[in-house]
Order: sequence, then structure tokens, then C-alpha cells
Amino acid sequence: MTATSRQLPAPGSARSRLGWRRVKKARAPAFKYTALLIFAVIVLMPVYILIVTGFKGVGETDPAHAWSLPSVWTLSAWHEAWTQLSPYMLNSLKLAVPATLLSTILGCLNGFALSKWRFPGANIIFTLFLFGMFIPYQAVMIPLTELLANLHFPAQLPRLALAHIIYGIPITTLIFRNYYATIPEDLMEASRMDGAGMLRTLWSVVLPISVPAFVVTIIWQFTSIWNDFLFAVFIITDPSQYPVTVALNNTTGSLVSAYNLQMSAALLASLPTLVVYILLGRYFMRGLMAGALKG
Amino acid sequence: MTKRYPNGFEAVKDLSLEIGEGELLVLVGPSGCGKTTALRMIAGLEEITSGDLLIGGQRMNDVLERDRDIAMVFQNYALYPHMTVAQNIAFSLKIARRPRAEIKQRVHETAQLLAIEEMLDRRPKQLSGGQRQRVAMGRAIIRKPQVFLMDEPLSNLDAKLRVQMRGEIDALQKRLAVTTVYVTHDQVEAMTMGDRVAVLRDGTLQQVGTPFEIYERPANLFVASFIGSPPMNLAQATIEQAESGLVVKVGDIAISIPPELAARNGLDAWAGKTLIVGIRPEDIYGITRKTAKTQAAIDVKIERVEALGASVLGYFSVDAAGPRAESVSAVPAEELLSDAPLTGFSGTSFCATFEPRAMLKPGETTGVALDLDRLHFFNPDTDAALLAEPAPKAKKK
Repeated sequence: MTATSRQLPAPGSARSRLGWRRVKKARAPAFKYTALLIFAVIVLMPVYILIVTGFKGVGETDPAHAWSLPSVWTLSAWHEAWTQLSPYMLNSLKLAVPATLLSTILGCLNGFALSKWRFPGANIIFTLFLFGMFIPYQAVMIPLTELLANLHFPAQLPRLALAHIIYGIPITTLIFRNYYATIPEDLMEASRMDGAGMLRTLWSVVLPISVPAFVVTIIWQFTSIWNDFLFAVFIITDPSQYPVTVALNNTTGSLVSAYNLQMSAALLASLPTLVVYILLGRYFMRGLMAGALKG
Repeated sequence: MTKRYPNGFEAVKDLSLEIGEGELLVLVGPSGCGKTTALRMIAGLEEITSGDLLIGGQRMNDVLERDRDIAMVFQNYALYPHMTVAQNIAFSLKIARRPRAEIKQRVHETAQLLAIEEMLDRRPKQLSGGQRQRVAMGRAIIRKPQVFLMDEPLSNLDAKLRVQMRGEIDALQKRLAVTTVYVTHDQVEAMTMGDRVAVLRDGTLQQVGTPFEIYERPANLFVASFIGSPPMNLAQATIEQAESGLVVKVGDIAISIPPELAARNGLDAWAGKTLIVGIRPEDIYGITRKTAKTQAAIDVKIERVEALGASVLGYFSVDAAGPRAESVSAVPAEELLSDAPLTGFSGTSFCATFEPRAMLKPGETTGVALDLDRLHFFNPDTDAALLAEPAPKAKKK
């Protein structure tokens, strides 16, 4: 045994090259993580100011001391922000949840029809859908307000929700259509051969494996509806019905800027979108398609 | 069961086939020959442009796929990824709203039949390729349909498993006695599994018959070259009238033809003309082997040797052109590479079979015998076999 191992050629050059590669391998993550850390710090700096300022008293909030920690930690700004914003948070919730769900369901149905139950002209219709995505809010502000007024929708929030649902259809359709394009045709055909019709196939075969598409769409729609400001400003006329974004804007005093209040209010207003990410994010990466085919 | 569809569409041209009750018919051909399209037309996944599809005497053209009583096994298995094996198998029954007890009973039976009982609660991604294949079979079997359609069900398995599953599917089909159409590009699969084999090329049916008929009496050059491995040796030859009778000349090899062989192929009419002659590798063999009664011996220079274990293949060249490439090729003529031989000769390479103990070496000159009874003759213009009537040997078996 020893004899054979001694006979093995051991060229030094090859070994050193191997060694160098090992060093490089060990260094690569270090570089990577350093770079990532730098970017993370850059991204998180404003968040730091947001949080520390929120805990400061009114007297401490001048921009010159923005970086320093509060000398006295106080929850007064948070308390104040919550009392001011909570009714509007509820408005936003009443707006964003149904609008997100409805536009997602519509996108799912559209995407399914456009990719799996293709009909003549499906591509043209899809292109027209996509056009909708490139129309800026500002361009439709006046006609949209007119239209919604003529619809005689009495309540203000449902009116705004309707606008968001319709405006969301292109992007939700796009996401679902592209996701469904990755579902193999064989699966649909197997379902057809098993005797399932179009709706049954959608319900029993396609929907259960659509979780990733739903998650992406829900995160996207909830975030954009929750964060929208412009539609809310021109569609809602009754100040008590404002969503939180508009209310947040109104915390800015015209003479004195209460930075601590604004900071904590901004953070509170963005919490729900964070929660959606945290709750749904883990489904994001789930590869539900694994095992469908030979793979 | 009868089905017939002449189809105006390019992919499948005027395909007309009758498949017997309980028969396993294999559709075989190179990729793109229309065999899968034909299968999908039976399934109802593809519309039939013209012609009729009859199942059990009923016209099925306008019947929805779900009402055709057909089950299909897909090449990729197409298992529902979110369902367990049991749910996958039961899906069609669930849609048909069968009582729960019956579903349970039939899933159990099916799983038993396929020996997948232990896997019923697993999901497809936890299964190996062979197991997935069985689940896909189970999904078809449970329905007890009139017809099974199988679209290259074994092509994703490794070689050894494929051979095993081939036997299993064949045995299962015989046991269930359900009419089956099986699509494959693998001629070995076609030969071993099919009760009958239908060879397709460019959407046109080339020949239908038992594997034996297809092998022994290929109807044309394409079938001759497609079925059999290694393929049949084919070369251009001239028929000459000599004093003793007809002589077939392949390059500088001249073989006199026994009168009954000439008569059977109608060779008299070809005297002085060029045709294509073919002979399978196993019908050219080393002179040491026991020889058939109608044989001719020639000396050949072996250029390349392939030892297969049970036999040895020796390649030698014949100074004659081969058949036109488009006659034997699986791909359309315009896609063919230029036929420049890599080996640097302008003739045709022939393959012969030798005993493993012959210790054949490249460069050696050795005598080989040709079984003249097994010569095939083809019309060079139409590619069709000249054989007017079945060979006596084929009749006996």
C-alpha cells in the first residue's frame, strides 16, 4: 500500500496551483460579505435616523443632531402618531385588503385564460393589457375622477378600491400569465385526459401550485395600493376617508416640523407592508413545481 | 376497434390503421415523424383535420377527450406535483364523482398491481423516475379505459430500468387486455413490445405488421434501415445475365443468384439494371460458422471490429455506392450532412457477424458467407421492396 502511494506522481506546480485556488475560494466570501455589509449600511442609515428620531422629544429633533441617540428615550411621538394615524390606517386596510384580493383573483383568471386556454387573439389582448401598465396615474387623473363620479358609487373607499383594482389588472395578469407559462402543457393535458374541464383544471391542478404567483402578486399589489398617494388625493374628497398615506402627509405642519412625530408616523404607516413581506416572504421561494416532471 | 383517419394536415398524412381489440400497436419512427401527433389525435388533444376516428365502431372526432374513454401516459409522466400518489391515481375517479369507497378500493387494487402500495402517501418529487413512471401508469390503469395511449413512456428512464419497465408494461397490457397504442422512437422497444408495429416517416405510414414481418420483409428502404441494429447493409448493385443464371454485382463482388430467389423477387425484369440490395449483418457471417444451404462465400478485408460479447461485428467496405441518403434517412434530405465518408473511402461500409472466438483483427482478410435466402432487393426509384411474396422461411414461422 505504501509503495503504491509513494509511486503516485506529486508535481509541485500542480499542488501549489491547487493551493492558490483554495485560498481564493476562502477569500471570495470575505470580499462578498464586506461588499454586502457596506451596501446594507448605506441602505439602513436612513432607517436608523427614522427610528432614533422617533424616540426623541420635540426639542431634540433639529437636523444638526440627527445622528445622535436621544438623550431621553420617549414614546410620546409614537403615541401621538398612533392617535393621529390609526383611523386612517383602518381606512387603508379597508382599501388595500379587498382591492389586493380582487385584483389578484382577476389576474389569476386572466393569466390562466391567456396562457393555458388560449383563444384566437389571446396575444393581442395580452399586449393591450400590457399597455395599461404604462399609462401613468397622472394621465388618467381627470377622466378617472369623472368616470368614478358618474358611476354613482356613494362610498369613497370602494371608489378608490375600484380604481386600484382596474389599474392593477395589467400587472397581476402579467405575473400570473408568466407563471402559468412555466407550468408544462402536459400537466394540463393530463388533467383533460383525466376528465377535468377548464374550471376544474384551474381549481384542482393549477391553483394548488400557484402559491408563488399569488404571493408575489399579493405583495406587489398590497404594497402599491397601501403606498399610493396620488389616486387617494384626487378620488377621496371626504377627509375622514383618507388612507394613511394622505394622513401622513398631513402631519407635516405648515410652520413647525415635528420631525419626531413624522418619523414615527412614517414607520407606523409602513408597518403593514413589512408585515405582509414577513408573513408571505417565506412562501416566495417555495419550488412547488419540483417533482411534476422527470426533474 | 377500428380507427381510420386520412388527415389533410402535414404532420400526419392519410394515416389509416385498424387496431384490434386488446392489441398493443406500436407507432415507431424517427422524431418528428408524426407519431406523437397521431397519438394526440386519438386522445382528442389535437383536432383531426379530415378523416374519421372510430373507437369501438363509434365516430369519435367530435367527442370531447374526457368522453372518449381513453387514458394516456405522458412522456414526462405529468404527475400533479401537489397531490400524493394516491390522489394522483384517484384524480380521474374523483372528477367522475365515484363513491369514496370505490375510489379507495380501486386505488388499492391499482397500487397493488403496480407494487407501489408503500408510496401512496408520498408526493411525486419524493419518487424515483421508475416509481413516477409506475404512478403515471396507475393513473391510466385505474380508469379501466377502452384504450391506453402511451407517448414514449420509457424515454426518461435509464437503460436498465427501461428494459425492466418494457417487460412490465408489456405483461401488464397482456393481463389487462386493453387496446393500447404505444409511441416510441426506439426500434428495440417497438420490436419487443408490439403485437404489431407501424413504422411512420414524415407523417406517412411506411409499413404495418408484426415485428417479425417488419424485420424479415421490410416494405421499403426506410423500414429496412430503420428497424434492426446494427442496420441492414444496403448498397447499389447491378443484375447481370450470366450463362448460369442471374448474377448480382455489388462493386467487384459478384454473386450468382439461385433461380427461386430470382423468381421470388422478380429479378428477371431487372437484368442489366441497377437496384439496391440489402442484407442484415447477421446474415453475413464468418466462414467458420455453420453455413446455410443457399450461401455465397467472399473474401473481405476487415477494417473495424466491434466486440459485443456474444458476437463480434466486423466492418468491411464494398466498392459500391449506398442507397440515396434521403431514402434511408430519418431526417429530411435538406438537413442531411454531406455524405463525405470519414473513413476516406468512397464505397459503402458493410457489417458482418463473427463468432467471438474468431479473434478478428482489423486489417485481416477473412472469408464470409452470405445467406442468399436473406437478400433483400429494392427498387432504387421507388424505394419499395421487390419481394412480391413472403419468403418461404417467414411462412413457416
